[in-house]
Amino acid sequence: MRARLLPPALAIVFATLLCSVALLISGANPLDAMSTMGAQMFRGTTAVDTINSATVYYLAGLAVAVGFQMNLFNIGVEGQYRFAAVVAAIVGGAIELPPVLHALVIILVAAFAGAAYATIPAILKVARGVHEVISTIMLNAIAGGIVAFLINPEQFGVLSGNSVSTEPISESGWIPGVPFGNAGTVFGFVVIAALLGFGYWVLLNRTRFGFDLKACGESPTAAIAGGIDAKKMAFVALVVSGAVAGLVALPEILGRDHVYGINSTTGYGFTGIAVALLGRNHPAGIAFGAVLWAWLDKSAVSLDNIGIPQEITTIMQGTIVLSVVVAYEVVRRAEMAAEQRRVGRALADEPAGVREGGAV
Amino acid sequence: MRRKRGAVASRLAAISFAGVLALTGCAKDSGGDNGAEGGGGGQPCQLAEKPPAAQGGAAEEKEDNEKVDASKLKVGLAYDVGGRGDASFNDAAAAGVDKAETDMGAPNAKETTATATESEDAKRSRLRQMAADGHNPVIAVGFAYAESVKQVAPQFPETKFAIIDEQVEAPNVTSLVFAEEQGSFLAGVAAAYKSKTCHVGFIGGVDTPLIQKFEAGFVQGAKAAAPDIKIESDYLTPAGDISGFNDPSKANVKAKGQLDKGADVLYHASGASGKGVFEAAKAGGAQAIGVDSDQYNDKTLKGVRNVIMTSMIKRVDVAVYDFIRAVAKNDVSTLPERFDLSEDGVGYSTSGGKVDDITDVLDGYKQQIVDGKIKVSDKP
Repeated sequence: MRARLLPPALAIVFATLLCSVALLISGANPLDAMSTMGAQMFRGTTAVDTINSATVYYLAGLAVAVGFQMNLFNIGVEGQYRFAAVVAAIVGGAIELPPVLHALVIILVAAFAGAAYATIPAILKVARGVHEVISTIMLNAIAGGIVAFLINPEQFGVLSGNSVSTEPISESGWIPGVPFGNAGTVFGFVVIAALLGFGYWVLLNRTRFGFDLKACGESPTAAIAGGIDAKKMAFVALVVSGAVAGLVALPEILGRDHVYGINSTTGYGFTGIAVALLGRNHPAGIAFGAVLWAWLDKSAVSLDNIGIPQEITTIMQGTIVLSVVVAYEVVRRAEMAAEQRRVGRALADEPAGVREGGAV
Repeated sequence: MRRKRGAVASRLAAISFAGVLALTGCAKDSGGDNGAEGGGGGQPCQLAEKPPAAQGGAAEEKEDNEKVDASKLKVGLAYDVGGRGDASFNDAAAAGVDKAETDMGAPNAKETTATATESEDAKRSRLRQMAADGHNPVIAVGFAYAESVKQVAPQFPETKFAIIDEQVEAPNVTSLVFAEEQGSFLAGVAAAYKSKTCHVGFIGGVDTPLIQKFEAGFVQGAKAAAPDIKIESDYLTPAGDISGFNDPSKANVKAKGQLDKGADVLYHASGASGKGVFEAAKAGGAQAIGVDSDQYNDKTLKGVRNVIMTSMIKRVDVAVYDFIRAVAKNDVSTLPERFDLSEDGVGYSTSGGKVDDITDVLDGYKQQIVDGKIKVSDKP
């Protein structure tokens, strides 16, 4: 347990110290900055915004983590979620169904679209050996073009003022949130994200598939020797990762915007990578990472308001990820050294017995 | 079968036609009487007939010199991506606030800036926090704030909001919108007159309806002045990826591409990416047209100012200033519905003196637009 919780705690302390230095150098008071950010934590709107963004980050983090489990670096979550978002929003805006069913169809379409888009790098990897990092990065750029093409008014978009977006989804397709008065509304998708996190845990720890996945990740040669089809696993892992990625934009689309357009946020896929790293691919860890990341993002707005450059939170996010990685390694080595000492001590008593026995 | 033969024939015709074009192109080149830099083959444009000169006093200044005191106003300003210092759109808004501070004694405005990957709720928080801190008026710079202003304004009915570049209908929101296509029309005319190769280029930041207005106006202006003109048109990023407003190196590459094709006057509407266009123009011995602010006078562009022959000025500064003034006078109904050529809400700059010889032409076209004789479409 200590080995799991100590590194992130160390990393956060270290990142905070580093940011304080950066703040001092830039002439701001770190205490002011920290207290402003801290105060934001319990202010209604920021708290709600944090939970909402964390939901999105959590889905992105899960999508990345599925790939990470078998050492697949799916950088393409970015492209997969944007492609899925625009397809799902178009379909959702075009059909009329009773409530619940409508939303369900949109969710399924999004998951399928994300999976379909992830199938391309999956096939390339399995059939041609193209590394998924290369192919998914390129597909991200292509997804940007596809989104722009599809929301063009000549295709499926509608123009309102200077903004273009998909046809709005009618109310039957929305997922109602939990209203907190003036503070805003928490996305109802939080529940779905939590269920998904639980499903991810079950998949990894209670199914044959999860075992195979982890086995492939830890030692492909051993896995193959054990009769696991590594190629098939790589394919399935990428596609599942894409399916989860497909849901990333849905909390916002179904809970707030009801369209996908040129003002919709990009970059969630990359945030997902950081969040998955932060959470060590563990469903609870990812949740923690997502909330932390979201809170840093949201409180940054208030920093700008008191005249402290909000980029400081970007520095903080960067150093947290970096130091988490370093801290895990440091703690791992420390634990290993301690283990060796323990074994050494235990063995130091043993040899006498062996000598007495006379035989080695 | 017949159809196939037809296709082959037409392709052959096309090829031979291209050959003829190439030959005439060579012939023109060997004539060597044009001093075209940048290697594009071509000649100055066959210009259309000049419009009649404008009668003096195109837009009568309705200057009221009434002293307005804005010292009680805590102005809040929410910039779009890039913020103060982008040498373009946001800086124009900043200039308006600065002027309000010196002229009307408004206290230092609170300035906040959007980041490129923030989500919608960050924009709402920004506006909400400023309004909650007692800032009034709150000015949202850029159409990306449309939805947030729509949501936040009703929560603060006592606060006056303004949004630039988008129409938002609410009792306490003032929409400050511009006729970018009209100003860009004049930029197109200037480009056609100044091109030595009769070949000009447009570089847009992000392929959105707003930036397409600039392109539309530019193309119409260039064609009005020179019907045979060749026009290149490129966007840095597709709609949805706003990094195109802040990517000078990408702009530089696109601009160089257009210069290589033979264009020698480039007009950009790409915010902070414009620097890259100017640098490419400088390296390629071409000229460029700035946007939003009078970019010739921008400190950060000092090194490349010599290629900036004019700028399409979108008077965001005037709109912001007028809005603050109107709020101080407690009457925002006097603001124009749209800042266009007749309001001098858009126009062209003459800093550097490179278009001094054609101001009569530009003012002539301007008069025609103001009079409604030329209708400039905002769609490409």
